[in-house]
Amino acid sequence: MYALDFDYVRAGSVREAIDLLRERHEAKLLAGGHSLIPLLKLRQTSVGTLVDIGRIAELKGIGKPNGVVSIGPLTTHAMLAASPVLPAALREAAGNVGDWQVRNMGTIGGNVSHADPASDHPTVLTALGATFRAARASGTRSISPLEFFTGIFNTALDAQELLTAIEVPVNKKGTGSAYAKMSHPASGYALLGAAAVVALEDGICTEASVALGGLTQKATKAPSVEAALLGKRLDDAAISAAAEAVADDLGGEILGDIHASSGYRRAMAPVFVRRALAQAADRAGQ
Amino acid sequence: VVAENRYIAEDALALIEVDFEPLPVVVDAEKATQAGAPQLHENAPNNICMDWSCGDQGSTENALASADIVVKQRLINQRLIPNPMEPRGAIAQYLPASAEFTVWLSSQDPHIMRLLMTAFVFGIPETKMRVISPQVGGGFGTKIFLYPEYCLVAALARKLGRPVKWMETRRENYTATTHGRDHITDLEVGARRDGTITALKVRTYANLGGILSTIGPGIPTTLYGRMLSGSYRIPNIYCNVLGVYTNTSMVDAYRGAGRPEATYVVERALDLVARELKMDPVDVRRKNFIPSDAFPYDPVGILAGLKYDSGEYEKPLEKALGMLNYQGFRREQEQARKEGRYLGVGFSTYVEICGVAPSAWVGLPGQGWGAGLWESANVRVHLTGKVIATIGSQPHGQGHETTIAQVVADELGIPVDDVIVQHSDTLSAPFGYGSYGSRSAAVGAVAVYNSLQRIKEKARRLGAHMLEADLEDVVFEDGKVYVKGSPDLAKTIQEIAGAAALGYSLPPGMEPFLDDTAYYDPPNCTFPFGTHIAVVEVEAATGQVKLNRYIAVDDVGRVINPMIVEGQVHGGIAQGVGQALWETAVYDDNGQLLSGTMLDYSLPKAEFFPKFEVDRTETLTQVNPLGVKGAGETGTIASTPAVVNAVMDALSPLGIYHIDMPLTPERVWHAMQSVNGG
Repeated sequence: MYALDFDYVRAGSVREAIDLLRERHEAKLLAGGHSLIPLLKLRQTSVGTLVDIGRIAELKGIGKPNGVVSIGPLTTHAMLAASPVLPAALREAAGNVGDWQVRNMGTIGGNVSHADPASDHPTVLTALGATFRAARASGTRSISPLEFFTGIFNTALDAQELLTAIEVPVNKKGTGSAYAKMSHPASGYALLGAAAVVALEDGICTEASVALGGLTQKATKAPSVEAALLGKRLDDAAISAAAEAVADDLGGEILGDIHASSGYRRAMAPVFVRRALAQAADRAGQ
Repeated sequence: VVAENRYIAEDALALIEVDFEPLPVVVDAEKATQAGAPQLHENAPNNICMDWSCGDQGSTENALASADIVVKQRLINQRLIPNPMEPRGAIAQYLPASAEFTVWLSSQDPHIMRLLMTAFVFGIPETKMRVISPQVGGGFGTKIFLYPEYCLVAALARKLGRPVKWMETRRENYTATTHGRDHITDLEVGARRDGTITALKVRTYANLGGILSTIGPGIPTTLYGRMLSGSYRIPNIYCNVLGVYTNTSMVDAYRGAGRPEATYVVERALDLVARELKMDPVDVRRKNFIPSDAFPYDPVGILAGLKYDSGEYEKPLEKALGMLNYQGFRREQEQARKEGRYLGVGFSTYVEICGVAPSAWVGLPGQGWGAGLWESANVRVHLTGKVIATIGSQPHGQGHETTIAQVVADELGIPVDDVIVQHSDTLSAPFGYGSYGSRSAAVGAVAVYNSLQRIKEKARRLGAHMLEADLEDVVFEDGKVYVKGSPDLAKTIQEIAGAAALGYSLPPGMEPFLDDTAYYDPPNCTFPFGTHIAVVEVEAATGQVKLNRYIAVDDVGRVINPMIVEGQVHGGIAQGVGQALWETAVYDDNGQLLSGTMLDYSLPKAEFFPKFEVDRTETLTQVNPLGVKGAGETGTIASTPAVVNAVMDALSPLGIYHIDMPLTPERVWHAMQSVNGG
């Protein structure tokens, strides 16, 4: 549990962090440290310079500029779980990450940049249609979830780029979201996680977004489920029928391990999609 | 690699390239015995290193042949990783001038470690090594045994002329420290139509790993086969155990050690008979209980001369059923079934064996472990009346310091704060066998008690001298010596201790100081018992088992410290339920440990449990003067079958009789699907 040698430097601002990423050899960003530090200790990864961005105040906190909710990447899971302005699905997911110590230290930016396929936030942010704002020396850009998560432990961020904000829609009346998860009893990660966002008008579903995590190399959308929901009154029968449609959205490659095989996870997908949808529809109707 | 610090050692390790030539491997104990299996050791054909039996094969076969019903079931008691909070570690120092080793070890039995290392590894006198085991962070059995690393650390300290330290990582702990359980058992149980059990036949493949650990073969024999009568009067029992080598980590004692495996077999057998006869599992248990007037009870000879000491098996069952409200639960279950929900209740009315000792029993070559297992204590009452009790047993989280101090304080009539309990150092503590097998109270504390009786008698003699009274007229009561009827004119234990230590006015022939050492070898083991009840709900959509209630009524004899006993019961239940629902060590066919980290091995967490409902009855043992039986392992022994029985009860409307542990959602869901034609 002893890391290979590395340099450490603390960045005071976003600008400084970007400069350090460019100047230092094999530089990596350190936020809450809950993904990177264990990997370093196990020598499963190494870094030249650890650029600590943990104290850059502008990257921490939740704001509501210009009609969206903007989440600083250093915002901890505990802060997310306690924030009334966030969609319920995101609060739900954040409140179930790890334990209190992890939630008080771990950050949403570190989490999504690590891109663990069994993590909760990527699934929820995919369903919410979040926008990832990134900065590098040459400028800034916006990335959608489906572009951001490129594979197992891989994102679209390049080595000299820094995540500066994650934007999600503000809560609107008639809209509800939820996250339902089957946890691995040892790690707490999702064997399977389903996130759902629905909008209702006069009880009829006008918008639906459903995403799944834990099943594949990265979070994916469930377009067949979404299509089956639109225009429907979301009673139990309609939700169950739509959830069953998830079978058409699961590709051939489903992850499996000694605790839950790929066949079992595939069979459980409709169960958890149904649970997320029922909860989201209930919240939308309130 | 030995290095100045751990970083350098890790860097150097990365530079070593090993070319491994893979050989064929076998990880399953039954497959290892079959034709064509890779052979691990020349002296163990078919990888069988031990073929052990107890009971009467002929009478058992006959009884099965004439039984009204016979239920057969294969039961897998899966391999577990013990997971003490602190992994293993050792520091060794060697002084060339005196040729003496000092070894600091995280151990449950420093005296045994010294004996094994000096006599069997280094070939030096015991007096040339001192072993110290300070503040051990848990063991669960794994730290009873001698490991190669301890010897390496000591040898390197001698070779290098410098102290050497080694600390195991958690990953190393998972592969290099002993594992537990790993039985494949074929069970046959015969019964009459009224539920009376007439015969129990058990054939077990015990996976002992690639090489034998210190007492590996003693677990699936002495502590397993001999306990297969459970709390029931079973007239015919036969057990055959094959000890098998496989390409896996060593298997040895893990909390409960043999009794959880035996209890699982017996308590599942009772439930299977109840199911077959459509009887209430509680009725079948009551029908077969050893009655209170039958103690001491000899379970048809399988205990090799020992007898169950005392038991009132109905009492904890009655109490636990009351706590549950059994009839109310059955009505609730009936209602739930109408709604398509799967509620279940499971019972484990266990008995176990504690205070592992009688040297003549446990040590007998051919029958046992070739070792004595008595325990020791030294008690000194210092000049000021403060007491130091030094014990041969070895705490690693059980609170010996508190429990032993209570016994001393009670006997001598002094404040508990005046007692210091020492242990862990072969230089200062009398030789003892250590802590495991729930023996520190039933054997260790009794040694302390016996010492205290001799101290009290000496104090009474000195007190009589100080009071100028006749010896036969004085008594020792509540920390004072006085003439019967005149407690106001007393000499306190503190005054007497002072006089004994100063020594200028002693009765003729009396040695100075109040100091006594006792070695206690009990005449029998002790046999705690009780009833554990689990209430579960199985979620049909996922197969997820939810533990709704857990009730435990244990009878561990006299309780010295209720909080310590309750803590033991709580932790034990968590571990036992862990085996039933989550934990399993998995090897792939290449012998690779797939559950090699805490991310893959599912240890129970506090949030998985309801509040435990714990109570007790108190049936004293006659085996020792304290009346104590032992409480360290009841939880792990009793709880596993209670939970499995509850899940099978929940699934009984589907005709599901058995699912092997751990009852993960996937296994339960698959079982439900297969009977639903899915």
